[in-house]
Amino acid sequence: MSNPPTELLPTATNKSGTRSAGVPTARGRTGIARILLGRDTVMIYALIVFIIYAALFIPRFYSPVSTGFLLLDVIPALLIALPMTLIIITGEIDLSVASIAGLTSALLGVLWAAGLDIGLVLIISLLAGMLAGAFNGLLVAVLGLPSLAVTIGTLALFRGLALVVIGDNAVANFPPALTSFFTSKLGGTGIPTVMIGVVLVAIIFGVVLHLTPFGRGLFALGYSKEAAIFVGIKVVRSKFWLYVASGSVSALAGIYWTLRYSSARSDNASGLELTVIAAVLLGGVSIFGGKGSIPGAIAGVLLIGTINFTLRLGRTSDVVLIIVTGTLLIASVVAPSIIDGITKWLHTRRHRRTLPQASASGATRATASGVQEGK
Amino acid sequence: MTMQFIRHTKTRRTRRFLTLAAVAVSVALVASGCAAGNDAGTGTAAEGDLSITFIPKQLNNPYTDVVLGGGKDGATAAGFAATEVVGPLEASASSQVSFINAETQAGTSVIVIAANDPDAVGPALEEARAAGAKIVAFDSDTNPDYRDVFISQVVAKDVALIQIELLAEQIGGSGEIAILSATANATNQNEWIKFIEEELASNPEYAEISLVAKVYGDDDDTKSFQEAQGLLQAYPNLKGIISPTTVGIAATARYLSTSNYKGTVALTGLGLPNEMRPFVKDGTVTAFALWDPAQLGYVAAFAGKALADGTITGAEGDTFEAGDLGERKVGADGIVIVGPPTTFNADNIDDYDF
Amino acid sequence: MTIGTSPPNTAGTRMRRTSGGLASVLRLRELPVTLALIALVALTYLANPLFLGQQGMKDLLLNATIVIILAVGQAMVIITRNVDLSVGSILGIVAFSTGTLFVAVPGIPIVLIFLAGMALGALLGSVNGFLVTVAKVPSLVITLGTLYIYRGLNNAWAGGTQYFAGDRPDSFGALSVDTIAGFPLITLIAIIVVIIVAIFMASTRPGRDLYAIGSDPEAAKLFGIPVTRRVLLAFLSNGVLAGLAGVLYASRFNSVGATTGTGLEFDIIAAAVVGGVAIFGGSGTVVGAAIGALLLTTITSALTAIRVDKFWQQAIVGLLILAAIVIDRIARIRTAKKLRHSEARDV
Repeated sequence: MSNPPTELLPTATNKSGTRSAGVPTARGRTGIARILLGRDTVMIYALIVFIIYAALFIPRFYSPVSTGFLLLDVIPALLIALPMTLIIITGEIDLSVASIAGLTSALLGVLWAAGLDIGLVLIISLLAGMLAGAFNGLLVAVLGLPSLAVTIGTLALFRGLALVVIGDNAVANFPPALTSFFTSKLGGTGIPTVMIGVVLVAIIFGVVLHLTPFGRGLFALGYSKEAAIFVGIKVVRSKFWLYVASGSVSALAGIYWTLRYSSARSDNASGLELTVIAAVLLGGVSIFGGKGSIPGAIAGVLLIGTINFTLRLGRTSDVVLIIVTGTLLIASVVAPSIIDGITKWLHTRRHRRTLPQASASGATRATASGVQEGK
Repeated sequence: MTMQFIRHTKTRRTRRFLTLAAVAVSVALVASGCAAGNDAGTGTAAEGDLSITFIPKQLNNPYTDVVLGGGKDGATAAGFAATEVVGPLEASASSQVSFINAETQAGTSVIVIAANDPDAVGPALEEARAAGAKIVAFDSDTNPDYRDVFISQVVAKDVALIQIELLAEQIGGSGEIAILSATANATNQNEWIKFIEEELASNPEYAEISLVAKVYGDDDDTKSFQEAQGLLQAYPNLKGIISPTTVGIAATARYLSTSNYKGTVALTGLGLPNEMRPFVKDGTVTAFALWDPAQLGYVAAFAGKALADGTITGAEGDTFEAGDLGERKVGADGIVIVGPPTTFNADNIDDYDF
Repeated sequence: MTIGTSPPNTAGTRMRRTSGGLASVLRLRELPVTLALIALVALTYLANPLFLGQQGMKDLLLNATIVIILAVGQAMVIITRNVDLSVGSILGIVAFSTGTLFVAVPGIPIVLIFLAGMALGALLGSVNGFLVTVAKVPSLVITLGTLYIYRGLNNAWAGGTQYFAGDRPDSFGALSVDTIAGFPLITLIAIIVVIIVAIFMASTRPGRDLYAIGSDPEAAKLFGIPVTRRVLLAFLSNGVLAGLAGVLYASRFNSVGATTGTGLEFDIIAAAVVGGVAIFGGSGTVVGAAIGALLLTTITSALTAIRVDKFWQQAIVGLLILAAIVIDRIARIRTAKKLRHSEARDV
């Protein structure tokens, strides 16, 4: 009661659960080893397998047209998944992303309708997103308030502001050159032109997370705030800038959304936060923090996006998609825990049998694993 | 130390394997879902056969179901080889786009769409057209640039007039009234509201009626219900409500029938007889209007066939045969009118089943 | 009075101090939300007396009823340092099943409808609880998954079918129309629920265990509290209440179908948080959550009644949530100070 909780997501199993057990070992891994061995890799395999499957067995899937439509559909989720991955790795969360996208969209529409120069409008919209992110950062990083609760609050606040800004109206008459740019493709590849920007953003986030001391610091932060402070990571500043980044990227997603559909409305991108979080978690990012990777998160988004796309090609109802998303999410997190449980049970049983005539090494092993279970 | 490492990797490997297994199972699940879906749609690929796909505002809406029922009948009668219905579960502006894209890719000959947003579906429809599809808008129009024809329920002005006429009669020709609509961007509702406002301003018979509020229930039962409640509280002198949307009128009727306002505040608009029957019988609603929604889908299917055959281009003056409903004419702006609205009241409501 | 108030062991001493501190925090926590509610109602009444007229009062209570029940259930879960995002989907399935039951079994007694709805809710809630406790995966992830799955099942089951008020017996609909002493019947049900759960949480062993688990899961385990069973209980109770809310939804509103209850989850969590339930568990009361629910639903009606642009409504709700979190933090700091003082005195 007296000391405010340091872990940032509500769970009864955080401290006592088995997931934190592997921390000491996993922490020793470098970024590259993690990429090669992590659960995120499985998602990449799953994605590849599924794409091959779809290309072989789903009529009309194997074509540049698919690439184009599919990517155009997933870009907003893909963009937002990047900062979300970093934030979840530090043990926090941002539920307000879709509302920031909505607010940006509304602002973009109103300013454009008011006759401002489109370049200026885009800059102001982006700044608004950054500001919204900074507001989250102020509350979470500087004031140390729980991010789950704070961003539920700002989820309502930002969406509310979007309504205040544009009301029930929609603005549609954006410059045709601009809107057609957002749906244009790179030659005959079917890859949308905007993907260049998206890939660039992805590379920036990937490099920052996996190849810089700052990124390693984020992982450390996710394991233990105290330890992170101890090794000299500026906790407040790191988290603050993550939220600013999240706000900015959400604004980009909002701008993309508005111009791709050439429709600025307050309800744009609503509900996207849950899709993004589901995809990121599916991609192997641990909700406890400290674990995850950008390639994994991207694979998660693309996997859900591709399944979605193939279902629509096959004219299967979205109902199936909803159920599959939920099942995948649960299966991907529950399976490892159950396996852990079974292995542990087998392990202790084996030990009980071997313990009576235990050699010195056997005893060491028992102690070592005992420590590992974290019990 | 070594032991610990070995044990750790082992757990990891098993873990990974089982995650993979879990994923594989789910993927298999998806796959079977896809396969099932494909079987239904393979007819589209056949040579020379025409295919038609309906994209309503959202699936799982009773009004839409009636429209689509007529649409499927019409498609069969008109001679389409394959008929599909796809659509989002939630009626948001951008949600229809990926469905249009999928149809473009499937090479569907005719796409019939009720647009959630007149502009958001534009670029996707352009692409579909470029790929050779004919676009028929029905129920709720897109921006005219993006479709070949628009199948309108009725003459927009007639719908507006019949509603204001019914309400004026019910409130005795004077007093405050309000409108409870669907979404603020809904093309069809907004047009009717515009005509209602013009009529109120210009027709001396309605000089003593004043429109005090327009609210939007977003075609959501709960929201419409609460908007109705808010209206009555905010405007204590309110004499009547017009709700030009089936979800809105039913929710408002439900609120009125469960409140003190029952019988003192009049309600009319556009409703489905099956939904409104209890409220007409218990006296909450005296009379309301609607066209036959099934005919809307039916005519849309025939218009699509005529476009695909090249019989019509969607230009003003084109005519086509709409099966049992006879010849239809394309009017200005590519609009085709289905038929006059019907008024439902306690005397005739039992004659209808939709 | 009960075993809970004076536990004999050493753990109890700690617990008592905690709950002593807790009580003062609670008073402080519920005060702002209660004051806000009173101020809101008073100001709105001055602007539009109809707001507290007979029909106005009734609407106010009816609007809050379903949210109150959901917030009370959610509070139980949040107090254990968990969360249940799937409540909207549970409500939807139960509401649709209620509609289905009335059509499938004509003349079915209303009591059975309630029992069936609550049983279905219990089943769905315990699936959540089971996955959270057995698989030891955070509830946020699990219930995000079941949010999708339950909604998908509801869609698959309902398809385009909707059931309307006319499909249900008048006596069932009358539950949300008839009043006793100005209180609609379904509101009375909600009040009874609040009282029962409040008593359970404050003065029974399992109820107090939920606070202990939320304060410090490790310690709770050490004290011998059956953490798994208790957390499961919280999820199950939340499911039952979501089920009850689903049945009441069918009584009050016109149609139930595939999308009933979509997007409710954050509103409900917001109601609990605004009512002073700390998102990290361990503190807050169900009464507070109920008041939070009443405040949030009243804001909506109030803004409409005084004809304030409804677009501001959601932004105001957001600000309220943030205010509640800040107040919670201040309360924590104060309690910590007080504890330090009293400890110093003890020495």
